[in-house]
Amino acid sequence: MTRQTSGSPYAPGDAADTEAMLDAVGADGVEDLFDIPEPVRFDGEFGIEAHSERDARRLVERTLGRNDELTEFMGRGHYDHYVPALVEDLASRQEFLTSYTQYQPEVAQGFLQALFEYQSMLVELTGLDVANCSMYDAATALGEAATLSQRVRSVSGDRILVPDQLREGKRDVLAAYADGPDLSVETYPTDEGTVDVEGLADALDGDVAMVYAENPTVSGAIEPELGAVGDLADERDALFVLGSDPVALALLERPADVGADVVVGEASALGAGTAYGMGAGLFATREAYLRQVPGRLVGVGEDATERRAFTLTLQTREQHIRKERATSNICTNQALLALRTAIHVATLGPDGLVDLAEDCVVLARDLAARLDEVSGVRAPVNDRHHFREFQARTDQPAAAVASDLESAGFAVHVVGEHRIQVCVTDANEPAVDRFVDAVTEVA
Amino acid sequence: MSDETPDDAAPDGGAPEPEAGGDAEDHAPEAGTLYDQARWTDDGEYEPLLAEKDSTEVEIGDDSPLPDDLTRDSLELPALAEPELARHYTRLSGMNYGVDSGPFPLGSCTMKYNPKFTERAAALPEAAVHPDRSAASVQGTLELQAELQDYLGRIGGMDAVTLQPPAGAAGEFTGIRIAAAYHEANGDDRTEVVIPDSAHGTNFATAAMAGFDVVELPSAEDGRVDIDALEAAVGEDTAALMLTNPNTLGLFERDIERVAEIVHDAGGLLYYDGANLNALLGRARPGDMGFDVMHYNVHKTFATPHGGGGPGAGPVGVTEELAEFLPTPHVREQGDDSGYERYEPDRSIGKVHGFSGNWLVLVRAFAYIARLGDAGLADASARAVLNANYLASQIDYEVPYGPFHHEFVASAGEQDAADAAKRMLDYGVHPPTTKWPEIVDEALMTEPTEAESRGSLDDLAAAFDAVAAEDDATLEAAPERTAARRIDQVTAARDPRLSWHALED
Repeated sequence: MTRQTSGSPYAPGDAADTEAMLDAVGADGVEDLFDIPEPVRFDGEFGIEAHSERDARRLVERTLGRNDELTEFMGRGHYDHYVPALVEDLASRQEFLTSYTQYQPEVAQGFLQALFEYQSMLVELTGLDVANCSMYDAATALGEAATLSQRVRSVSGDRILVPDQLREGKRDVLAAYADGPDLSVETYPTDEGTVDVEGLADALDGDVAMVYAENPTVSGAIEPELGAVGDLADERDALFVLGSDPVALALLERPADVGADVVVGEASALGAGTAYGMGAGLFATREAYLRQVPGRLVGVGEDATERRAFTLTLQTREQHIRKERATSNICTNQALLALRTAIHVATLGPDGLVDLAEDCVVLARDLAARLDEVSGVRAPVNDRHHFREFQARTDQPAAAVASDLESAGFAVHVVGEHRIQVCVTDANEPAVDRFVDAVTEVA
Repeated sequence: MSDETPDDAAPDGGAPEPEAGGDAEDHAPEAGTLYDQARWTDDGEYEPLLAEKDSTEVEIGDDSPLPDDLTRDSLELPALAEPELARHYTRLSGMNYGVDSGPFPLGSCTMKYNPKFTERAAALPEAAVHPDRSAASVQGTLELQAELQDYLGRIGGMDAVTLQPPAGAAGEFTGIRIAAAYHEANGDDRTEVVIPDSAHGTNFATAAMAGFDVVELPSAEDGRVDIDALEAAVGEDTAALMLTNPNTLGLFERDIERVAEIVHDAGGLLYYDGANLNALLGRARPGDMGFDVMHYNVHKTFATPHGGGGPGAGPVGVTEELAEFLPTPHVREQGDDSGYERYEPDRSIGKVHGFSGNWLVLVRAFAYIARLGDAGLADASARAVLNANYLASQIDYEVPYGPFHHEFVASAGEQDAADAAKRMLDYGVHPPTTKWPEIVDEALMTEPTEAESRGSLDDLAAAFDAVAAEDDATLEAAPERTAARRIDQVTAARDPRLSWHALED
């Protein structure tokens, strides 16, 4: 068999090394080491061409270069905030980037401490007792919250209540997680973009394991009666799970104060920027549910010199030890994204984070007011305070408006026949004037 | 994968008695040390927490754009200047070991070198787009996705591939849900998933999470699937058999055709756990072996940084028969030269990620595969397998079973494998996975990957051998040259303190 064996630039060694190593293992050739029966051997070619580093880079560049350059006014769960250079720089340090899960804590103190600090920031932001050090994204964190609710409320039923406006992607992931344990996912009504408390009360009976709400909601509305939602959930002994993100949590009502039992959401609203939906799931809860928490936890221990040190802890919840009795199957998580979030929060500090959150309210309010003045547009649709984003009604079909805006260099969401959704943050704020002009032109 | 004893269940996993300072010299390796970690101290403690350096509480005041009843009262977080933060995190990085620091032969984790150019490729501004953009405006992204689907399909011998699962375990969940949907579509109520005892823990957790009962399959004397046991285990309740090949002992399942026949005859599907795919590139393909569905750990096989525990990505490949069940959205080229589109397969299982998975990891994997091509990928496997066999032949620890593919499991014998691992840290190498799989006593599960040179493997072997020759007292006192000394994980679990708020109590 002829097979080119000088192919990977990332595998050191020359022919002499190979010979010596083959001698040591008593093989004539590398192929002899492949203990694969003939019928299942692969003797073909993939037909994948090799490239020089420069050409491989150019291939990616050229392919991605086919994306249109649009200024995005998009959110709905995936947000663009400016990521400070310090975040990029520090998170790129190879000791973080090229490390693995901290199974040997003595050589992983740096990452463990950074993750402990991340958990601590989430504890402060949510007011809850514990946070894990990441799920995949907000949707899978919600799915994990649902299965947790069944474990901790096993006597009281299997219905999960979510708002009727829940983003489709999130609802689908929740359904996937709910399927195994036979939870049934049902919706409760919303009014003006937020929880219809009476409607929720009607839907909530003793069979409900979990009530989910978001603040801000998927349409950007700030919930005015979260405390009432928490009280309802409490009265009916359902777990109250709240969706949010670290920017919103810096300003909006503290989840612990409105009775939230679990907070899930997108930690990646800080530290990641847009990455085609790549995120980091935030998960925090009360101490009572600690041993039912999915995912990794970093705790404080002591080393042999009695100095404080950090370690993964309560690993008996995890799949590598408890196998089918684990609280979750998650193994690889989003640790690097959690690190980036933590550095971003630290870079802003408390003042900077609150300022950023207040800007999310002011920018959305001001942009909605300006769009409302455009003929053929009413904004915001919902009579609520908003965070980052809001919906606007358009006299023209929304799809046509969005398409025309795209031609003018802007991307927005279409959320109804005559409804678009617009998101504004520090990242696209400099383009607001041009955006308003474009909407005026096409609406 | 496990390389620690269960922390709060371990009968004897406690830390050794603290020793008086200054004894490090007693046990310090004389030669062959590759790496020493920084040990930043402050008044006898290690690097302080951010909150200990500065913690500032801000009020949410009257100048807030929201009424009081919609806002919190205050927020307390560290408030440090950029230079202080740069120094804090740089110090932390000095207390952390990555694969660029030295060998990282953690079995089944495939910690190999990650090319730097893929980082730059993933950082291209064109990669940073919103997932809800119109298909017409992100043709580049969709094309790259379609190309990567195609690459992975060829490599695995699969007909269709989804990129959505954000990690290997998420890929398992996707694959098992596809298997469930397939049986359901056939009106076939199957309740069990069969898994060998040597399998990754995620397999068991995934099957349970998807609502299946787990049937554990004991391994045969030679460490491979026991065909008699398999025949006894599968039947009309079997939805799937989850298998990795080579398995976690590094052994190729030579009877794979027979295994496939038994499972298929019973009406079950064969699921391939791609964690060990690095051993097979260009030599064998799961699709050709009879596997119906598989996941790829692109962060392992196709070398993207593991980021201290993630992100990874776990694309799933399926045969044509299962393609209609793939998650939505799926990506394909439209027939009429009008570019690429997203669509929902006819009987899609729905979604396993809120959007489309860990996109930037996938960009890196694409770049890596394009860099290596056919010959490079095949070479990567060849050298990974050669390196594993070479290292296995060079160490004094007993290595049962064989011949090996990309990894082998040595036995620490009379030594405690976890203690031996701690001692290896003193020789400047990351230790193997320990005490797993449980089939081997005091297991040291070792996967050097193709990224280690012969010289590096010799250094690794020297470290293994030095540790193999040491007494229990030395091992129990280790490590001594790392950023922190041996950490007592039992106490940490008994009294969990999981945030800096908990330290104030």
